[in-house]
Amino acid sequence: MGPRPALRPYLLVLPALLLTCGILYPFGLGLFYTLFDFSASRPRPGLVGFGNYRTMLGEGAFWNSAWVTVLYAVGAAAAETVLGVSVALLLHRSSRIGRVLEKILILPLMIAPVIAAIMWKLMLQPSVGVVNHLLRPVGLGGVQWTDTPAGALLSSIAVDVWVYTPFVAILALAGLRSLPASPFEAAAVDGAGWWYTFRRLTLPMLWPYVLVAVIFRFMDSLKVFDIIYALTEGGPGDSTMVLQIRAYLEAIRFQRYSFGISYTIVLWAVVYLAAMVLVRHLGRVQRKAAEAR
Amino acid sequence: MDTHAHDRRRFLALTAATAATPLLAACGAGFGGADDKGDGSAADDVTGSFDWRRERGTTVKALLNKHPYTDALIADLKSFTGRTGIKVEYDVFPEDNYFDKLTVDLSSGRASYDVFMLGAYMVWQYGPPGWLEDLGPWMRNSAATGAEWDQDDFFPNLLQADQWSLKDGAPLGRGGQYALPWGWETNVVAYNTEVFGKLGLRPAETFDELRELAAAVKKKAPGAGYDGMYGIAVRGSRSWATIHPGFMTMYARNGLRDFTVDGGALKPAMNSPRAVAFTRDWADMVRHGGPPSWTSYTWYQCSGDLGAKKAAMLFDADTAAYFQAVPGASPASGKIAFHPGPKGPDGSLATNMWIWSLGMNARSRRKSASWLFLQWATGKEHLRRGALTHQHIDPVRRSISQDAAYKDKMRHLPGFLDTFEAVADRTRIQFTPQAQFFDATTSWAAALQEIYGGREAGQVLNGLAGDLARKVR
Repeated sequence: MGPRPALRPYLLVLPALLLTCGILYPFGLGLFYTLFDFSASRPRPGLVGFGNYRTMLGEGAFWNSAWVTVLYAVGAAAAETVLGVSVALLLHRSSRIGRVLEKILILPLMIAPVIAAIMWKLMLQPSVGVVNHLLRPVGLGGVQWTDTPAGALLSSIAVDVWVYTPFVAILALAGLRSLPASPFEAAAVDGAGWWYTFRRLTLPMLWPYVLVAVIFRFMDSLKVFDIIYALTEGGPGDSTMVLQIRAYLEAIRFQRYSFGISYTIVLWAVVYLAAMVLVRHLGRVQRKAAEAR
Repeated sequence: MDTHAHDRRRFLALTAATAATPLLAACGAGFGGADDKGDGSAADDVTGSFDWRRERGTTVKALLNKHPYTDALIADLKSFTGRTGIKVEYDVFPEDNYFDKLTVDLSSGRASYDVFMLGAYMVWQYGPPGWLEDLGPWMRNSAATGAEWDQDDFFPNLLQADQWSLKDGAPLGRGGQYALPWGWETNVVAYNTEVFGKLGLRPAETFDELRELAAAVKKKAPGAGYDGMYGIAVRGSRSWATIHPGFMTMYARNGLRDFTVDGGALKPAMNSPRAVAFTRDWADMVRHGGPPSWTSYTWYQCSGDLGAKKAAMLFDADTAAYFQAVPGASPASGKIAFHPGPKGPDGSLATNMWIWSLGMNARSRRKSASWLFLQWATGKEHLRRGALTHQHIDPVRRSISQDAAYKDKMRHLPGFLDTFEAVADRTRIQFTPQAQFFDATTSWAAALQEIYGGREAGQVLNGLAGDLARKVR
């Protein structure tokens, strides 16, 4: 005999509920801690209300980290989108080579980002790294990739792009393969050129797939930790000090728990708002694309 | 009436209440950490005559950092178990994440590990929350401590470095003994004798000479058959560990301080005019005589470059050079010599130190057995064996540093013993003890990177001092 019908809905929802509680409990606890000045030196903390947030928002270090985080996320997501879609278009055109390259393309995704960052750190090493070795014949063998603020940020973005461009390419390729053939055949009959077809047909119909990739990559890049920490530790100076690394340093290294968690709560709010805006936009785009078909 | 909807509401309300319970409990139960410190020490429970086998059958858990000193300890554990009947279980982590692991473990309030390795600086972070056992009562209790342990045999500056009153700015050497020195490192200059011989160079006696020497080597060495060689390896990563070896040693030899203490209040002093000038010169030395990609340099890269003949000099822990200098260890072994390094303007050889120490978890439930382990690990017998048959060099005990067999072992390294003798008594912690040490020195390293990158030293260090003044009170 099965469970009573009245209980069934609750039993069905129970796993999801438990999972949600597992996520919400530490989140709620973290939020609660930010209202205190809890640190290793104050194991019996006092209530400070929104004092941690006020202090954080009043510090130049926070605004620097926020700016670096946005630069990183926008830069990485934009570059990955452009490159990923371009690669997908190329693979879509040449079927036999495309099938081989697809398999190779997926390799960076199989490497843990922190391993990729360490690998690139060695390759970008100015004196013994392979990148400068290859650039030496063209007179660029002395580039200090991660020693300057701009170089460190660009190098970090480049590693992110190397790891995640295949993700965007695979999503875009799946999108390309799912597009209906008839509009393209009609365009060909009418003598439309490649650029015209791409601009007026391919891109509008592909856009929902691209936007999904952008949402994933932008959200993920806002939360970046591993690649930057392994490559530059947030330096030189504070030039690659994103919010996640700052939160880690404050909470774990310097043991100002409440203050460190405040950083993660603000980051969560930023990610949440950005996700909300992008997902709404995705809904509109999907409706438009459906109408176009 | 829709009873289903009513039930659903009640169910959700109950669930919310269940989820909120731990949150609310946290309000009343506090935030974890060690807040149940009693007045007495567990050492007082040990009475009668001293007996190594008092805790036989017990198992002690140790957290260790991957290090040659650790290898010597692990290789000798059988003799400890044989003597005491105590088994030691251990976990070894690489240095990159060792302290994060230890910090998280201690802050969780659990007693996963009874004993662990730590640096003397960590006492300033782990001591105030009450995570470290005060070992003073154990040392003073003759029932717990054997006479042969001989506290007076330790270099006094080392024992004092692990002793603190837990008050920011208060000098070391007073208050509780929160760890025991086990292995240490002085910060001196090691250099490649082959390169120096070919280029007709001599070790620098002043900081100005060191800067010129580093730049000269970087310029001349490639032409003398050392392709890609640079002058001096010093740490540069965005980490507290960048500040404490060569930089702090030279800083202290110039008579400079990190903080001044006025009426118990700390005031950052790294932006004084002389400190700014020194820091600018240090960054300038690295720019003209240091390694490429300096901002990622930890001791691994510095030590490796000396061994690989990429660096002509290393200003860092003597052990970092020693491990490259021993026969067969690196292409440069047999060609590495030691020198105390440049003196300060007044001839000072003040040197900053790093001490690998051993501490006990204040929450350990096996304190008596743990103390026997600490006593054995810092005792004469094990440390002598570690120094002679393994690579546990830089003895924390005077008797071992004077031991004829130890001197014989180290004699083949040019200048090692003389350098050790020259700086041993002048080596102490040159930082002001305070709980925000890691934040202060990490920010200091970031400032150093910015100055190296071309920003104006005075402006950067004023910013750093202003920031630290708010954090360190």
